[in-house]
Amino acid sequence: MTAALRFDPIRLPPECEQLRKEVRAFLAEEIAAGTFDPNKPNREDTDAPEFSRRVGAKGWLGMTWPKKYGGQERSFLERYVVTEEMRVANAPTRRFFVADRQSGPVLLKYAPEHIKMDILPRICRGELCFAIGMSEPNSGSDLFAAKTRATKTDGGYLINGSKIWTSSAHIADYMIAIFRTSPPTKENRRHGLTQFLVKMKQPGIQVNPIGQITGQYEFNEVVFTDYFVPDDHVLGEIDGAWKQATSELAYERSGPERFLETYYVLTELVRAVGDKPDTRSAEGIGRLVAQLHTMRRMSVSVAGMLQAGKEPVVEASIVKDIGTVWEQQLPHRVRDLAAFVEETASNRETLEKQLEFAIRTAPKLTIQGGTTEVLRGIIARGLGLR
Amino acid sequence: MAESENIVVETAEKIFADLADAQTINSDKTGSWKAPLWQALSEAGLPLAWVPDDLGGSGASLAEGFGVLNAAGRFAIAVPLAETMLAGWLLAQAKISSPDGEMTVVPASPKDRITLNADGSLSGRARGVPFAKAAKHFALLAHGHDGGISIALVDAAKGRIEAGLNIGYDNSDTVTLDKVEPITIKPAPKGFDQETLMLMGGVVRSLQIAGALESMLDISVRYSNERIAFEKKISKFQAVQHNLARLAGESAAALAAATSAADAVANATSFDDAVYLEAASAKVRCAEAAEKGGAIAHQVHGAIGFTIEHILHRYSLRALAWRDDFGSESHWAVELGKRVAARGADELWPLVASR
Repeated sequence: MTAALRFDPIRLPPECEQLRKEVRAFLAEEIAAGTFDPNKPNREDTDAPEFSRRVGAKGWLGMTWPKKYGGQERSFLERYVVTEEMRVANAPTRRFFVADRQSGPVLLKYAPEHIKMDILPRICRGELCFAIGMSEPNSGSDLFAAKTRATKTDGGYLINGSKIWTSSAHIADYMIAIFRTSPPTKENRRHGLTQFLVKMKQPGIQVNPIGQITGQYEFNEVVFTDYFVPDDHVLGEIDGAWKQATSELAYERSGPERFLETYYVLTELVRAVGDKPDTRSAEGIGRLVAQLHTMRRMSVSVAGMLQAGKEPVVEASIVKDIGTVWEQQLPHRVRDLAAFVEETASNRETLEKQLEFAIRTAPKLTIQGGTTEVLRGIIARGLGLR
Repeated sequence: MAESENIVVETAEKIFADLADAQTINSDKTGSWKAPLWQALSEAGLPLAWVPDDLGGSGASLAEGFGVLNAAGRFAIAVPLAETMLAGWLLAQAKISSPDGEMTVVPASPKDRITLNADGSLSGRARGVPFAKAAKHFALLAHGHDGGISIALVDAAKGRIEAGLNIGYDNSDTVTLDKVEPITIKPAPKGFDQETLMLMGGVVRSLQIAGALESMLDISVRYSNERIAFEKKISKFQAVQHNLARLAGESAAALAAATSAADAVANATSFDDAVYLEAASAKVRCAEAAEKGGAIAHQVHGAIGFTIEHILHRYSLRALAWRDDFGSESHWAVELGKRVAARGADELWPLVASR
């Protein structure tokens, strides 16, 4: 067989169920206290620093990391449960989500010890927000075309250029970014980029918000002018960022956030059709639930492989490809099915408001964090086609 | 997968590889491959894998049997192996011994119903019964007038069989029983009904579809790396690469849905809401994958894959045909949708998350 794709039927271990109860109870309290409204997803640019700290206090940030850095040394499957429950409840996770999923693990792997000791415990306490500095005005999916320079100077580097589409840069305390330290070589066009830890909210960094078609401002342009980054903020190999990028993709690409972003409209549709749906509604809901269940089982399977120390890069890319296409189509399918919902349905207005937002959100879902085209290229490589 | 499970599946795979090579079968117009294949499978105890030793079978686990059926799908096996396994499993539910030889299950659609008459005979009509014409016996589920469910072993010669073919050119026949005396009949265990049988049949077909898709992906990737067009391998065209990536996704989704459902059934004590979600979802998602994935496999192959000489149709058409058995994806989507609605909006996520 050319394609030995694995999706073993991994089940979440029993300790996850206790944790799930705790997370649900916590979220119910937060909702009751008015921290957020689970029926209103359209506030993803709203920052919730206090909520972030309370999640940290629960021990649910950096939960897989070593205890000496503030972590809990729990499993990826436990983290999975926390992530999916937060996502389904529409909890305001923006402030901590990137740090917990992505930036922390990068620091764990590549930062010097004193920086790990300084920053990781603060992420675990929910005090820090991270942004990811990848795309530039002329370098999006083509990551290795990045031009923003890091020029060697005494004790560090001077950064000049700009990053764009940077989510949360306007509230972030730090950014993990790639900058050009050398030109690409003839043999390897990916050579010459280095990963850096960048402290935000400093002179030399200007953050310009960019409006989105949802009406929100959650991504930004970030302009660097002679901005100094000290030597000990280099993460990993100089000129070798390309080697560091791929192994983290599996973590980034297969989580529950890759198919649950518009999930709320399905819940509201089920509410709107009532307990005795007509055949059309029943079939539509049944198909969507079957697809959702299948994706979640695929996603849990990848999480289980990660926990077992494997690097299922192709499987993870498949989860993100199928998951993001599904969550993009979901609001449109729900709209179809809701077309004949009774005018008197008690949640009709909620559903309509949610659909408006979800339909406006949908186009970005197959673009952010690796476009469908990039993912299919990775899958094709895994199949032995490139 | 436990080691013993591997051994049973490996035994099956070896027999399939030796005696059910797709190219050989496809070139054989006489069907002479069927008897040796069935004989080898029988000698290995595979058709009655799900029948305990004391009821005449080889007593393999559900998981082992599911593994065999996934492999059978990868080889697009066209003898009634899945049907006989399912029939033996059904009979064993009522502690009825299984005879040797090919069997199938009646009914094979949620819409059909066989009635147990007051005089103990059986009547009714079942459409789309796979391999009824090849079967020596039927394992049958019947409804009594008192609402009770019975399981029966019936001599196939006692029924009237109108032969038909499914989309994949395998027998899919109409079975009519008119006051037929069963060989043995016993009450079904408590809670076991036609829906249970259909869910189990659906999981079996899901695993076969997933297996067929795996092979479709495999032969499509291989073909794309061989076929030259516009002076290069067609695998080097991005449009082709992306189509194959989508096929990999459909194959992966089918595999995940089917193996998850099989795992759920193998470890279940009853067919509760959670197992129902798994089994119904598998049939829905695998059927969707058969359509989308099969279309891509054909697209990649171009005209050659549309010829009867090429093996692709052995997988693609069978996967499409298997959608229809034991409840189509439309049937299960409606039933699953009704259950979800009856549980209520706020109980949907807890159900999904419980798996």
